[in-house]
Amino acid sequence: MATEAEGGGLVFHPMDQFIVKPVFGDGAVGMFTFTNMALWLLLAVVCVIALMVLGTSKRATVPSRIQSVAELAYGFIYKMVEDVTGKDAVKYFPYIFTLFMFIVFSNFLALIPTSFSPTSHIAVTAVLGFGVFIAVTVLGFVKNGAGFLGLFWVASAPLALRPILAIIELISYFVRPVSHSIRLAGNIMAGHAVLKVFAGFAAITAVAPLSILGITAIFALEVLVGFIQAYVFTILTCVYLKDALHPSH
Amino acid sequence: MATETTGTASACVGPDGSAIGMPQLCADWMPNQIFWLLIALIAIYLVLSRVALPRIATVLAERQGAITNDIAAAEDLKTKAAEAEEAYNKALSDARAQAQDIIAKNKAEMQAELDKAIAKADAEIAAKSAESEKAISEIRASAVESVEAVAKDTAGSIVAALGGQADDVTISAAVDAQLKG
Repeated sequence: MATEAEGGGLVFHPMDQFIVKPVFGDGAVGMFTFTNMALWLLLAVVCVIALMVLGTSKRATVPSRIQSVAELAYGFIYKMVEDVTGKDAVKYFPYIFTLFMFIVFSNFLALIPTSFSPTSHIAVTAVLGFGVFIAVTVLGFVKNGAGFLGLFWVASAPLALRPILAIIELISYFVRPVSHSIRLAGNIMAGHAVLKVFAGFAAITAVAPLSILGITAIFALEVLVGFIQAYVFTILTCVYLKDALHPSH
Repeated sequence: MATETTGTASACVGPDGSAIGMPQLCADWMPNQIFWLLIALIAIYLVLSRVALPRIATVLAERQGAITNDIAAAEDLKTKAAEAEEAYNKALSDARAQAQDIIAKNKAEMQAELDKAIAKADAEIAAKSAESEKAISEIRASAVESVEAVAKDTAGSIVAALGGQADDVTISAAVDAQLKG
């Protein structure tokens, strides 16, 4: 989206950073083309391995710095699963931890200048969000049978209100994956686009200091957002999982 | 970034290399994106669930175990130290009691010896004083006898000197009466 700014010949391309293109050559992006997104996904995987596998390779009782970070991440998510979803959900902890590590590393790597941010793409977050939605729904029916539908039948409400509430609950249930995925993609995309816009203003000498100050501030905010969105995505996954395991309100 | 020269890459990229609309909504790329995303997720999941998470769980469990063990060992040592202190205190009080005993015993022995010695000395003194008494009384008796004899002699001599005539029996009777008197 080339937006011509008023007068001064400023050209903003805030969305160009999200273009998917092949790393090798200029061809079209096919199903298995190694793209810039694939590269940054690979880097995220490498970072996860570096932190969680190489960082803990000494298995030290007194942990090194990197091992404490790995243990901290483990404890953080483990406690979240235990507290939010319940002790019986601990067996789903690896899946949830995978989601968290992937999102948090994608978000942080995306903050490196000229990098690509996979989590800003609806295609990515929709797979994550709908993956959670489908898994949770299937799990709910497998664990509770038809009793899972009790989730939509608010037994504590007056009888007359229950059908209406059931409709509202049903709609909110199906909106979950949409909001779940758009929240993450929207936050990351907006943040990066804003950074690019501020960077575009740096072309004007008079505004450049202000622009750089703005970039610094937004960058700091984005670091925060990157972590918080990963946290929010993970804790919502835990909440949805809790609904599947214990559908009664 | 907008340096691509070809417009053939995708319908979502304009001829100048910049994005047309939101790249996020470009359906051309989605199969590719989903493919690589799934690869990445599966890779992370396998690495985490097979290697990293069991390892961290073991490390955390081991640390917990080590901490529990150390606390137990510390508790052990503490009770041992308390026991040692108790034993030391007991030994100290025992030693004190023993010392007290020994002192009392020694005192009693000394007292007994002293008493014995005193009794012996008393007896000796008593014997000596009895002897002396006897000697003194003997001396006194002999002295009295001597005095009697001297008195009788003197009385007889005086009587004779005065021209009197007196037999011994009368004089001695008179002297005896005088001495008793």
